[in-house]
Amino acid sequence: METILLLAHTEADGSLAKSAREALRAARTLNQALAGSSLVVGLVGENVQAVADSIAACPATKYFGVAGKDFAQSRYASDAAAAEAICKSAQATIVVAPATSRWARVLPGVAQRLGGRADTHVTGVADAGGKPAISRWYYRQRMEATLTRAQRPWFILVDPGSQTACECGAGTAKIETVAVNLPDNCKRTTVVGIREPKADAQTIRPDAELLFVTGAGWTKKQADGQTHVPEAEKLIRGFLQLSRASLGSSKSLVDQSGEGQAVLSFLSHLNQIGQTGSTPRHPKGLSTCCHGEEPHTVGWRFINERRAISLDPNCGWARGKADVLYVADAFAVMGKINELLAARK
Amino acid sequence: MSIAYQIVVCGSVVPDPLQTLEPVTGPGGPALKNEMMLPAILDPWASHALYEAANLAKNSPGSKVWLVSLGPKAKHQQVMMTVAQKVPFELVALDGPASGFTEAMEVAAALAEAIQAIPGLDKSKLLVFGGWESASRGAGATMQMVGERLGITDQFQGVDELKIAADGSLEILERIEGGKHQISKCAGAPALLGWATGNLPEPKNNPQVGMVNMRTVMPALQKAKPVKLAGEGLSFASVSLPKQLRETKIVKDKSADDIAKEIVEWIKK
Repeated sequence: METILLLAHTEADGSLAKSAREALRAARTLNQALAGSSLVVGLVGENVQAVADSIAACPATKYFGVAGKDFAQSRYASDAAAAEAICKSAQATIVVAPATSRWARVLPGVAQRLGGRADTHVTGVADAGGKPAISRWYYRQRMEATLTRAQRPWFILVDPGSQTACECGAGTAKIETVAVNLPDNCKRTTVVGIREPKADAQTIRPDAELLFVTGAGWTKKQADGQTHVPEAEKLIRGFLQLSRASLGSSKSLVDQSGEGQAVLSFLSHLNQIGQTGSTPRHPKGLSTCCHGEEPHTVGWRFINERRAISLDPNCGWARGKADVLYVADAFAVMGKINELLAARK
Repeated sequence: MSIAYQIVVCGSVVPDPLQTLEPVTGPGGPALKNEMMLPAILDPWASHALYEAANLAKNSPGSKVWLVSLGPKAKHQQVMMTVAQKVPFELVALDGPASGFTEAMEVAAALAEAIQAIPGLDKSKLLVFGGWESASRGAGATMQMVGERLGITDQFQGVDELKIAADGSLEILERIEGGKHQISKCAGAPALLGWATGNLPEPKNNPQVGMVNMRTVMPALQKAKPVKLAGEGLSFASVSLPKQLRETKIVKDKSADDIAKEIVEWIKK
């Protein structure tokens, strides 16, 4: 009999993130599929009652909580101690958690402590003949595997955006408090702040409807034999402001900064998608001036609808990868798009 | 105050990401087609960790860098021809599979054992570096398990910057959601850092560095300890390439105005 633990942490504002509700969906899927299994919830944060209440209508049989100031911050030592204590109290055999930066940092280590196993970037859970099975990607999203494990506890970190968020309603949850006394050696690290771009320079928006991908073509010589980097910057910034899209970039464009070439000043490695970048999930994606074959295109593996603008009708980035390829000058098209979007405001 | 750090970088050998990769089922489970024939590189994020380690060692006199790497001996030999020319380090090679389908827990056990066997290791000066994920398994799990086995509970993942303060404390920038960084202060070593891209460019090949490194690389390869990864309890039901071919509609003859209108309609739909 599996005991499935949904393990979540509160956000800085005390709320429950959408990714936690997505993980709850995966936990419920397993709970429904595995006969005789039970679902329990574990929460970590400064205060956890409000979060527990917000999902109290879910079919969890128990709620466990580790709360207090020491557990407000995202810190390995305290998070590991809290997660370990909850897993032990719940006698969890399967731990489902959102793959947030906080849990991704700590839960594989907790699996080590408990003699279990951990799988991250999980995109699906299912019943495989009475056993739990998961789907996840290997080799940077280039091949997908389905696997099962014999060891317990099995930590399953669900990729944000891969599941529908569970909309179970609110109520009153009775939390079983799990006491964790942190020794001093677990307080050697302190979170002192968050560094984020200024509001008008914010270019990464995980919840955006659209991913706008920029390629190295923006900084190359154009038809007049000159580069037009300032104009490219203006067009891209303008589009991001008008569309509220999230900005992704090809590796080659990001790498140019280290090679002394003309670059778009607002791009960093954080914007990079693909092989050594991220593989974000958005409903739509528009790529511009991108080139390259399969290894580079994994960056928009999880984009549902894809369109591309390129001067090359045989562009490997777009052909067979995008739904529509516009063979056109991105400078001209993006200028017109910005005019149209501005007129609609 | 300058501390002489002992910096151990964990790495692995992976297929060059530019190669075509195709899964096959072998006697021991899933593998890559022609895996031993594929050109290999040191894992990209582990490479960043190595460059950051070398830079820290250069700025902290008396420090030393080890690279503890798991992979087939022949692949190590090929990869070291390039990597050894980049920055100074001492190689600790483990001769075992570099497949992405191996189990993180078993890899972590092998790496941790190799680290603990480094002569004269002083935990109060120890910084364990590595990539936050690999380009093969891509789990982002191995380093945390290595840290646990070494008893290190100050761990950081997705690190882009490390600053050492005058009192020996560490200021670390970790990637978090939404293109932001979390800033943490840690009292000092020991600590474990899983690096993302960091801030340093790839160093140019330096034959002099290569000459010095190769004096230890070749003996390290000769005495590389064999590692067997059994994948106990792990069963793959399938491994497949995604069906990714889309019917791309090519639009060639429209004006910029018309294309813009079509795209705006699509965005707003």
